[in-house]
Amino acid sequence: MAQAEWHQKSGDDPAAARAHRWTLKALSTAGTIALTFFGLLLVTFLIARVVPIDPVLAVVGDRATEEVYEQARQDMGLDRPVPVQFAIYVRDVLQGDLGTSTLTARPVAEDIARVFPATLELATIGTLIGVLLGVPLGVWAAARQGSAVDQLIRFVGLVGYSVPIFWLGLVGLLLFYVQLDWVSGPGRVDIFYDGVVPPVTGALLLDSLIAGNTEVFWNAVSHIILPATLLGYFSLAYISRMTRSFMLTELSRDYITTARVKGLSERQVIWGHAFANIRVPLITVIALSYAGLLEGSVLTETVFVWPGLGSYITNALFAADMNAVLGGTLVVGMVFVGLNLLSDVLYQYLDPRARQ
Amino acid sequence: MTEPTATFREWLSAADPASRAQAQAQEIYRAALALAANPLTLIGGLIVLALLLTALFAPVLTIYAPNDQDLANRLAPSSSLHLLGTDELGRDIFSRIVHGARLTLYIVIVVALTAAPAGLAIGATAGYLGGVTETILMRITDIFLAFPKLILALAFVAALGAGLNSAILAIALTAWPPIARIARAEALVIRQSDFIAAVRLMGASDARIIFRHVVPLCVPSVIVRITLDMAGIILIAAGLGFLGLGAQPPAPEWGAMVSKGREFLTDQWWIATYPGIAIFIVSMGFNLLGDGLRDVLDPREATR
Repeated sequence: MAQAEWHQKSGDDPAAARAHRWTLKALSTAGTIALTFFGLLLVTFLIARVVPIDPVLAVVGDRATEEVYEQARQDMGLDRPVPVQFAIYVRDVLQGDLGTSTLTARPVAEDIARVFPATLELATIGTLIGVLLGVPLGVWAAARQGSAVDQLIRFVGLVGYSVPIFWLGLVGLLLFYVQLDWVSGPGRVDIFYDGVVPPVTGALLLDSLIAGNTEVFWNAVSHIILPATLLGYFSLAYISRMTRSFMLTELSRDYITTARVKGLSERQVIWGHAFANIRVPLITVIALSYAGLLEGSVLTETVFVWPGLGSYITNALFAADMNAVLGGTLVVGMVFVGLNLLSDVLYQYLDPRARQ
Repeated sequence: MTEPTATFREWLSAADPASRAQAQAQEIYRAALALAANPLTLIGGLIVLALLLTALFAPVLTIYAPNDQDLANRLAPSSSLHLLGTDELGRDIFSRIVHGARLTLYIVIVVALTAAPAGLAIGATAGYLGGVTETILMRITDIFLAFPKLILALAFVAALGAGLNSAILAIALTAWPPIARIARAEALVIRQSDFIAAVRLMGASDARIIFRHVVPLCVPSVIVRITLDMAGIILIAAGLGFLGLGAQPPAPEWGAMVSKGREFLTDQWWIATYPGIAIFIVSMGFNLLGDGLRDVLDPREATR
């Protein structure tokens, strides 16, 4: 009711009405984020509850006396009711405390901050490759719908959708590292360059440039090129497919016919008109693809022994280090939510229709 | 049916079906014709059929049992004795891949039979009832969608313990949300129909309307979705197997076989390569079939 009155009152003031709409939208978005985040926490908390590992036993060892065990249980807050435990968990996470890793004996948050840049570096370069190649290929395929080029690009996409990433990584290593020796093998950098450059951003390519150490830089390039190209290929498969589909929808619209009738060149029609209108939905696609690569990092990093978040989670998994596993899961989930939100906000900002 | 095939075809293409059974048979016949008209879909269908037959007749197709060890012939390359070579324990890789088809099919079927009905029920209920129920159900769906699938499956497996069944459960838990989204979108449209209003006036309960009237109409889209998702499910299952979290040794799971072959990649490349090709082909088969099904059953969603 109040809302309707508000609209009536502000009917003669479009600026105020728009501000009001924006506030409502921002509140609703914030609510969604908070709820999703809460859901993420609930899921990770519940997973931790059903683990068959006794966390107290893991700390005190199986020779501890009854009293020591009980003391540790109370210290860890495990004697409290489950909802209280959850509240404590939420409070800790909000304060940036993800618990201590039993594997590294360091706070999980610190561990993640240390390994995450390596994952980001890989996923960012992969996405760059995917966007720089995938978008033009998708546009090209749409412009020549049904041609041999279109079929080829669709086939490349289909393979990308179907091939197991870890297997392609192994085949890539076999071919380009073992057989041809074009690239360096697993790892981020050759062992004797390890730790040479002081970490500033955590991304080795940037750090080596900042330190002015071109030797390390080129060595790091030779290591990252294969996994990044691989991720780029998966990103390309998705982006080119979506670009093609968006372009085909756009090219079938009436204004395109008008543009052609008034004598614009095909280049102007495709890039100036049709492509201009798919930029906004493409942003969502790129954000999702980036998120997908972060997820795919678990497998890629295992294959390439890349010291990132994916490797961290899998190693923790085998050491039954639940704090580390769930902390990593939570961080990836948050990045996912964050990227979705970012694409939503950009969509609102860039597409005038979405603002209405 | 004693008539010859020619008249059966006439019966299938008669302009005025005499019974409901005939009309339904005609519909399936037309869909099958449309599917077969697209060569890519046909290839996809044949691959999936081949998977089914391979899994069914695995013992007939192979000379060796999947776990038979021939230590004198370990790490042997492809030969007339061992078609695709042997692994580090002298097990025949061809036999293992063929028997592995059973595991892949088992995973796919169990996930489809659990995730699809769950997603369908949740989505159709949310879409039909609307209001608070819809908000709650779809928020839960969104939360599950917000999690990256592989990572979520990983966390579940970590909690449940590594193994084929916990991997299946973990995958099913991540597979239902997209189905729920599709079913809800369909139900939103269906609930506006006149026939639903008519059924409601006849006094049908919500549960009856949802499960007898709304759900059946959502099924085609859900089938398309689950077929397209199959490829992803196979890849996630193989990924979990590769990480050592799926089927445990000595089960001939394709992902686990690739993982084992990794140790011998430099000198015995075939151990890791062939099972990977099997994953690739099956996953591509489901992708092709799913694309074709979508074009036939759900023309609105078709990518031109």
